[in-house]
Formats: sequence, structure tokens, C-alpha cells
Amino acid sequence: MSTLFNSFARINAVFIKELIQMRRDRLTFGMMLMIPILQLTLFGYAINTDPKNLPTAVHTAEHTPVVRTILTALKTSGYYDLVLETDDPGDSDRLFAAGEVSFLVSIPAGFTERLVRGDRPQLLIEADASDPAAASNAVSLAETIINQALRHDLTGALAHLAPTAGPVDVVVQRRYNPEGITQYNIVPGLLGVILTMTSVMITAIAMTREVERGTMENLLAMPAKPHEVMIGKIAPYLAIGGIQTVIVLLAAHYIFAVPFVGAVWLLLVGVSLFIIANLALGFTFSTIAKSQLQAMQLTFFFFLPSILLSGFMFPFRGMPDWAQVIGEILPLTHFLRIVRGVMLKNAEWMDINTELFAITLFTIAAGILAIARYQRTLD
Amino acid sequence: MSELAIDVRGLVKRFGDKAAVDGVDIQMPKGQVWGFLGPNGSGKTTTIRMICGLLLPTAGEGRCLGYDIRREAANIKRRTGYMTQKFSFWTDLTIRENLEFVARLYQMPNRRTRIDDTLETLGLSDRQHQIAGALSGGWKQRLALAAVTMHQPELLLLDEPTAGVDPQARRDFWDEIHRLSTKGLTVLVSTHYMDEAERCDRIVYLAHGKLITQGRVADIIAESGLMTFRGIGDEVRALAEPLRHQPGVEHAAYFGAALHISGTDRASLERAITKTEHKKVAWSQVEPSLEDVFIALMSRTGGDRRSHG
Repeated sequence: MSTLFNSFARINAVFIKELIQMRRDRLTFGMMLMIPILQLTLFGYAINTDPKNLPTAVHTAEHTPVVRTILTALKTSGYYDLVLETDDPGDSDRLFAAGEVSFLVSIPAGFTERLVRGDRPQLLIEADASDPAAASNAVSLAETIINQALRHDLTGALAHLAPTAGPVDVVVQRRYNPEGITQYNIVPGLLGVILTMTSVMITAIAMTREVERGTMENLLAMPAKPHEVMIGKIAPYLAIGGIQTVIVLLAAHYIFAVPFVGAVWLLLVGVSLFIIANLALGFTFSTIAKSQLQAMQLTFFFFLPSILLSGFMFPFRGMPDWAQVIGEILPLTHFLRIVRGVMLKNAEWMDINTELFAITLFTIAAGILAIARYQRTLD
Repeated sequence: MSELAIDVRGLVKRFGDKAAVDGVDIQMPKGQVWGFLGPNGSGKTTTIRMICGLLLPTAGEGRCLGYDIRREAANIKRRTGYMTQKFSFWTDLTIRENLEFVARLYQMPNRRTRIDDTLETLGLSDRQHQIAGALSGGWKQRLALAAVTMHQPELLLLDEPTAGVDPQARRDFWDEIHRLSTKGLTVLVSTHYMDEAERCDRIVYLAHGKLITQGRVADIIAESGLMTFRGIGDEVRALAEPLRHQPGVEHAAYFGAALHISGTDRASLERAITKTEHKKVAWSQVEPSLEDVFIALMSRTGGDRRSHG
């Protein structure tokens, strides 16, 4: 028991020292608090996976009420912003290349006449699909928008032309986020991204800084064991992670109005485990890196796949199998399932315990690697 | 318990294919103050690091305070104080915070009074809330000494503790060392200063990782077999270069305004001097100083041959 007490005393010594150093390093400390705010502002407001008001050019050979109805419907759908009228139907190449518009809607001569005759006339929408995400929703909704609009116009003698329901009534329920608000997905995910970035980086740097400043030799000459140094150094940043979590959750609630339907304690369990996992990884990096610069590079080397393959940016299930395998290794992947599950879907302990287990496993592996690599000597 | 504080044999440390320390034996009794001398890169720091368990020897065995330097480093660390060559306390902590960290790490009882006492003894009380990084070299060195002695170690390893420190601070520092030594502390201190070396009970001289000589100052001077002539005069400045190349002159160096030439053969030294008779210089034989001996040792064994820091 006394060895445990001794060990705790030494951890406490490192912890207090780290706390003072952290407090004194105003820039880093400020950065730790500014990063969540900055990222929330950038990602929370700027990212939209359902873009609207896309600039649209129109080429139309006639100006009948039907054509007007169609154009008005496109406009009021919110997806199309009719910014330009062109006389030349072959203008699309130039317009797209210059990036002036995302769509060119072409209504050929005789469109109304053929419509009234019941010939199902063609209406061409050319889309700049170089960015598939930007075009997809607007394009897939175009037919529905137009047909629904015409239903109101095609009355009386033309009623037989109005579109009828298909043989199957497909009912789609968009659950958890019926309005498809991007922020519901992004803001909880941001919590994971912010914690990954700052936690890994700060511990990786905190340790290599000792080496760079020459204080490592001193630390090694004193009777602190590797795991004591590790725990003592990691603990203050756990608190920082806690503060960041509070900032993000408050912003999620008050600024972005993201619902929180699950249990707070469950999310906090997930957050704590996730922070520890990242801190342990940062400590491992610090045993590999020879300088603070290398520690930064390693952090970004880890950060990039975390952002891209975890399901934060792109749908996880849409990735090829090998990418999903890599994604499964990353703690952020599991954390995103926890945070989105708890906040949006009221996920319970049984729903997310495998994710918690995966993060724990990662932490243990990183911790063992860190302790094994921690140099007890200057060799 | 053995009466030797340090007892190492055949200590070797290689970095790559280069031996930084190459077969060093040191048997140092408890309670003495030993000086560790040698040109830069001679392996002093590496030897000290191996003694206190900071580096694993490539070959050789040894005990420090009775503990095996390979296997019982934790015990050695608790009982030694090691002051690094470069200031290695935390420059973003205050003096007091640095001492508090050390006190907590060593789990010292009565921490507060112990730190107060330490600050008092070293005259740091007024500055205890200053950031360590803002201190001058002399104060940093005081802080480091306070920090490495606060846990009352049995052995103190000091690696060039007075480099870049002003003469008064150096003097105070050595007074402190001797004060600690009279309390029974064993001290091994590496230095480049001859006046410091002369204050040591014994001297160990290393060059290129090999132990060249060791013993009392007087013994080392006697063993060197060196004879020294001293020239004083207006025109002595021009003589060092030509004399240095005379046969039998091992080294020629200025000590203040005087020129010392040393060698082991009296006849050749006198022959060299007669060649300079046309200059207005008065020559006399003097007792070789420790510095004469070391300059001679360095020119016999060569200077810093390190390729890296």
C-alpha cells in the first residue's frame, strides 16, 4: 500500500508542476480554449452538406405561364438561384468553366405546346457535377419540384396531364434529423475532432519539450517512474479536455440548437475515455518524436486520417472495406458513434458499450507502447 | 556497506562505433571531494551519467553507494544529487516552485520549512518567486545546487557546475561544496578551472575516454616529471611560437605576463632558452603548476576529437 502512496505522491508532484507550467504558458492555454470556439464557428456555420441557393442560368425559348410556373417553382424550392438568362443554349461550357453558375436550365422552343399535347417534353438541366455533393440534392429534387408545381397549373381541360402517383407509395422517414440540418451531424462530431487535435498534440509537445529544453535529463535523474510521469503529465490536460467539452456542448445547445436526447452521464463517460485515449497516444508520440516539430508532424499524420476516415467528414459506410478497417482502429470513429448516438438517438449503455470497449482497448495499447518506449536512460 | 562511494571498473560507453568512455576505473572513498578533469569531449559527462544510472554502460561493471549501476539505478537516484552541465531545471517555474517540485518528488517531510531553510541557506529567500529562466548564471547555479542537495544525498555529482559563473559566485559555490563535504557528503565535480581542481582531495584526468592519471595534486605534478622555466621580460611575447617548436619543449604557454616552457629533459629546455639569449628576457626555473601539467597532458594526448556534441 505504501508503494501506491509513494507513487501517488510522485504523480502529484508532476501533476502540480505541469499545472503551473500550463497556466504560465498563456499562448498554449489560450489556444486550447480558442480552438473549440474557432472550429465551432468555422465548421458549425460554414459547412453545409445540403447546399442551397446555387447560382443557376436559364435558357428559355418561350415565356408562357407554364414556363414561368416551372422557373418560379425552381426558385422557391430554395435550391436554385436564377441569376442569369442566356440566349445561347450552348453556353454551358463557358459558364461552368468560369464557375459562374452551377446549373443551366434549358427549356426548348415548343415546350408548352408539346406539354399540352401530352408529349412529355424534355427539359434539360445541366449540372456542374465536378463536386457531386454540391449538385446532388438540387438535381435529385428537380423532377419532384417541377411536377408538383405543374400539378397546380394543370387543371380543367389539362387535368389529365397532371402527374399521378406511382404504383408504390414509398414512405421515407428522416429520423433524428428530419430537416437534414447539417449542424446536427457536424457539431457533435466537432467535439471529437477538437479533442483529438488538441489532446494528442498537447501531450506530444509537453513531453518532447522536456527533452528539447534539457530538463529531461533532470527528470530522469530523479526518482519518478515512467508511468508516474505519464499520468502526472496527462492529468491536467484531462481537465482542459473537460473545459473544451463544456464549451462545445454549450455552443451546441445555445447557438446551434442541436438536440440532446440521451443521458449526459453516458456521454461524459465516453468523453473521458476518449480524452484519455488521445492523451495516451500523444504521450506515445512524444516517446517517438525527437523534437516538438516532429511531435507536431506526428500529430497531423494521425489527425488527417482521423478526420477523413472516421465518418466525421464523409459517411463511414460509404467507404471501401479497407478504409473502414482503418477507420475502426481510430478512436474518433467510435467516439463519433457515441456522441451522435447519445445526443441525437438516445443511445443507451447497451448500444454503445462496444464503442467504449474499442476506445479502452486503444488506450491500453497506446499506454503500453508509451511505457515500453519511455526512455529510463539518456541512451 | 562498502566504504567506496563510487567503485566502477572497465566502464565503456560506445555511441555508434565511437567509444566516448573507454575502460575507466574509479574507486572513490566516501566523504572526499574529487575533481574530474580533461579536455572537452574526454568522456567526463558520459562517465558521470553512467555512475548515476542515466546511461547504461556498453561494458564494465560498477557500484555507486553500494548499488549496482546497471540494475539498481532507482536506488542510486534517490541517494545522489546530479547537477547537469546545462541548467536543467524548469525555466518557466519560479525558484520556489522548482524546489517544491523536487521536494514533492522525493516526498520530503516538512516540505515547507525544508524549502524555507534551503532558500535561506543559499540566500535565495528574496528571489524565491522569480522565474528561474530570468536568473543570471550564478543564481541559476545556486538554484540547481539547492535543488540537488535538498533531499540530502550521500553523493553529489556536479558536471562543470561553475562554467560561465563569475569569480565571486564560484568562490561561494566552492565554500558551499566544502561545507557540505565536512558534513560527510561525497562530491565528484568536473571542471576546467585549475584553482578548483587544486581544492579537490584528488584529481582524475580523462582524455579520449581513457583515464590518464589520478591522485593528489602534488603527486600528479611530481609524477609528470615535468620541469618548468619561466621567462619574464618585455620581449617575451614573441618567444612562445619559436620555443614551442624546439626539441624537448613539450609546451610553451603564457601565465599572465610570463612565459612558461615545460619539458621532461632539463638539457633540452636549457638549450632552447640559450637560443633566445638575444631577447631581453630573464629566465628562472619554477615549480610546475597543475596547469602546466595539464597543458602538457593535453598536448601529449591531444585535444577535443569529438565529432558530435
